[in-house]
Amino acid sequence: LDEAASLHQLSLWCLRYAPLVAPDPPDGLWIDITGCAHLANEEAALGADLLTRLEQRGFAARLAIADTPGAAHALARHGAEPCMIVPAGKGPEALARLPVAALRLPEPVLEALHRLGFETIASIIAAPRAPLMRRFGAILLHRLDQALGRMPESINPILPEMAIAKRLTFIEPLSTAEAFKLVITRLTRSITLMLDKAGLGARRLDLIFERVDGTIQALRIGTSRPSRDAAHLARLLAERLESVDPGPGVEAMRLMVSIAEPLAYAQVDALDEVASETIDLAALIDRLENRLGGNRLYRLAPVESDVPERTMRRVPPLAPHLSQTWPATLPRPVRLLSPPQPVMALAPLPDQPPVAFTWRRMRIRVRHADGPERIHGEWWRRDAESPAVRDYFRVEDEQGRRFWLFRRGDGVDPATGDLSWFLHGFF
Amino acid sequence: MGAESALKAAADLTDLRLRIARLERGGSIGWAGRAGQTRQHPAVLPFTIDALDRHLPEGGLSLRCLHEVAAAAPEVEHGAAASLFVAGLAARLRGPVLWVIEQRDLFAPGLAAAGLHPDRLIIAEAGRGEAGKLVLLVMEEGLRHRGLAAVVGEVHGRLGLTASRRLQLAAEAGGVTGFALRRVARGDDPVLSEANAAVTRWRISALPSAPVIPHAPDVPGLGRARWQVELLRCRGGEPSSWIMEAVDAAGRLGMAEAASAPSTARLQHRERRRDRIRQHPWAVG
Repeated sequence: LDEAASLHQLSLWCLRYAPLVAPDPPDGLWIDITGCAHLANEEAALGADLLTRLEQRGFAARLAIADTPGAAHALARHGAEPCMIVPAGKGPEALARLPVAALRLPEPVLEALHRLGFETIASIIAAPRAPLMRRFGAILLHRLDQALGRMPESINPILPEMAIAKRLTFIEPLSTAEAFKLVITRLTRSITLMLDKAGLGARRLDLIFERVDGTIQALRIGTSRPSRDAAHLARLLAERLESVDPGPGVEAMRLMVSIAEPLAYAQVDALDEVASETIDLAALIDRLENRLGGNRLYRLAPVESDVPERTMRRVPPLAPHLSQTWPATLPRPVRLLSPPQPVMALAPLPDQPPVAFTWRRMRIRVRHADGPERIHGEWWRRDAESPAVRDYFRVEDEQGRRFWLFRRGDGVDPATGDLSWFLHGFF
Repeated sequence: MGAESALKAAADLTDLRLRIARLERGGSIGWAGRAGQTRQHPAVLPFTIDALDRHLPEGGLSLRCLHEVAAAAPEVEHGAAASLFVAGLAARLRGPVLWVIEQRDLFAPGLAAAGLHPDRLIIAEAGRGEAGKLVLLVMEEGLRHRGLAAVVGEVHGRLGLTASRRLQLAAEAGGVTGFALRRVARGDDPVLSEANAAVTRWRISALPSAPVIPHAPDVPGLGRARWQVELLRCRGGEPSSWIMEAVDAAGRLGMAEAASAPSTARLQHRERRRDRIRQHPWAVG
C-alpha cells in the first residue's frame, strides 16, 4: 500500500513533463509525451532531465521513449541502456532483439514459450500467427500487437483535480480541426473568466481530448508570462492541434491550467506604451517558442570575463532590461568563430602582428594591424588555463577585410602558450 | 530670402515624393495612420548622409518593408560588413529587434559596438529544418508583430519571389522593417541573383581603409573601416554605389573623405532621370 501511494506521488510529480501520466504498478510509470517534447527542446533532453531529477530525489530509474506504451514498457526494463530513445517508426526493430519476457506475459505462457524455444520477440514475429493463437491463447498476440502498434493501447492517466479547469462533452463525436478550434475558443473563454476572478494568469495549459474509444490524447502549451488573454491562449492551442490524432472521434475535451501565476489587473489593460509593448511581445515570444521549441529564443547579457567567448550569457527574451553592455573601448568582432580556427601566420617578432597568414589555403596579406590586446586565462576555472595568455590583433588585408587573430603565449614564457596563431572572428 | 524659399521648395518636393512613393506602394496619401494602431513607427530612416539620402526616392531607407543586404565576394560567407551595416540601421530604430539565425556565430558585443544594445536584441535560433524555410517563417511572424522595430533574418538558402513577397506583405501589415541578410558560401551563388520583392537590395563589401594619419601610411594602427555600399536595386529609384566609412558606435555610416563623390552635374542628371522614371515608369525596365 505504501509503495502504491509513493508511486502515485511520483506520478503527480511527473505531470511537470506531460499532462498524461499513469502509474504502472508495482514499479513503473507511463508518461505520454506526445505533443509535449517541444517545450523541453527535444525528446533526448526531456529524458535526460527526467533521469537526473529522479536521481537527485533518490530514485534509481530506467527510461525508454518509444511509439507505443508496450514498446516503451519493454525497452525500459530490458533495453541495453538506462535511457533508450527509439526514433519514430523504429519500434519493431528495437523490440526484435529483446527476450519474450519483455512482453508483459503471464508466467505459464512464458514457460511454454521457453519450452518451445521461443527466446526473442523476433522469433515470435517470424512465426505464423494462427498456431501461436491456438497454442498460447489470445494474450500473446494481443501483447505483441500492442507493442508493435498494430493495436491501440490506452493508459489510464491520473487526472489531478485542477482548481481551474473546464470540461465540455459533446453529443456527437468531433474530429475536424475546425470543430476543435470552436471548442478551444469556448474553453479558453471560460478559463480566462475563472483566471480573472482569481487574479491569476496561466503559465501552462493542458488540453485533454477524450476519444470515443476510451483513449486519451493531450497537448500542452506554455507561456513566457502569465496570461489570461483568451484569444492568445486559443491561438497557441490551435497551432498545436496537428499533434492530436482524433481517431474515431472525440467525445469530451478538458482544458486545465496546470501552472498559474498572479497577474495584476493593471497589466491587462495598461494604457502606457511600455507595458502594452511588453505584453504584445509576450504573445509573439510564446508563438515562436511553441514553434521553435524551448531555449531557442533569448537575449544575451554581458558577463564580466576576460575570455571573449565567456563574456555573455543567455537570459529569457522578456527578462527585465539590464542596461548593461560590453565595454566600448575593446573592439569586438561581429562574427565569432567557435572554436577558433588555427591559421599559419608569419610574424616577424613576438610582439608584432603577422605580416601574412594562411586560412583555408588562402594566403592573406596584412596591410594594417592593431594590437596586441593581451588576455589572460582565468586561473579560477581550470589549472591548465591559469598561465595561458592570448595576444589579440585586429588586422586588415589588402582588400579591406578585417580579421581578429590571436597568438597563444606571450612569446617569452613557453608555459603561456605555444605561439600558434588562430583566427577568432570577423569585423 | 532666396535661400529660405529654396529650402521650402525642397521640402515641398520631398513631401510630394513621399506621397507618390506611397501611392506607388498602394498605400494611402498622407501620413499613413492605420486605425487602431497604438505604436506608429516613422516611415523613413534617413542615413544622415546627403549623397545617400538624396539618391533614395523617400529621402532615406523606407521603413515597414523588406530590404535585402548581402556581402560581396570574397567575404560572403561571414559577411561581417553586411551584418554591421544591418546592425547599424536596426540600432537607429526604436524598440526591440528580432534577429533570426541558423548558425551560432553572431557575436553580440560586436553588434553592441554598432549601437545595438543587448537589451534590444532578441535572438531566435531557427535551426536548419525544412531546408531553411524556418528562418523565413519566423521572420514572417516577427514582421507581423507591431511591437518590434525590426526583424533581421539570416537567409542561407533561396529567397524567391513568393517567399520575399510574403515577407514584404507581413512587413507592411505589421509596420515592422525587415532585413534579409543573405549568407551563402560563394559570392557567385546563383541564389543571390534571383529576383525578389525586397524594396531595396544592397551589397556591402570591405575596402582598404585610410591610414590612421593621412600622410603617414607607415604609422601602425587601424583607422575606421571603409566599405563599398552598393545599391543594386531600389523600387522607384536607380542603382548606385558609394564609398562609405563603416558604422560608428551609434550605427551611423560616415562619408569617406576624398571618396569619389558624384559631381553636381551627375547628381542633377540623376535627378532629371529619376523624374522621368516617375512620369514614365514603363519606359525603364
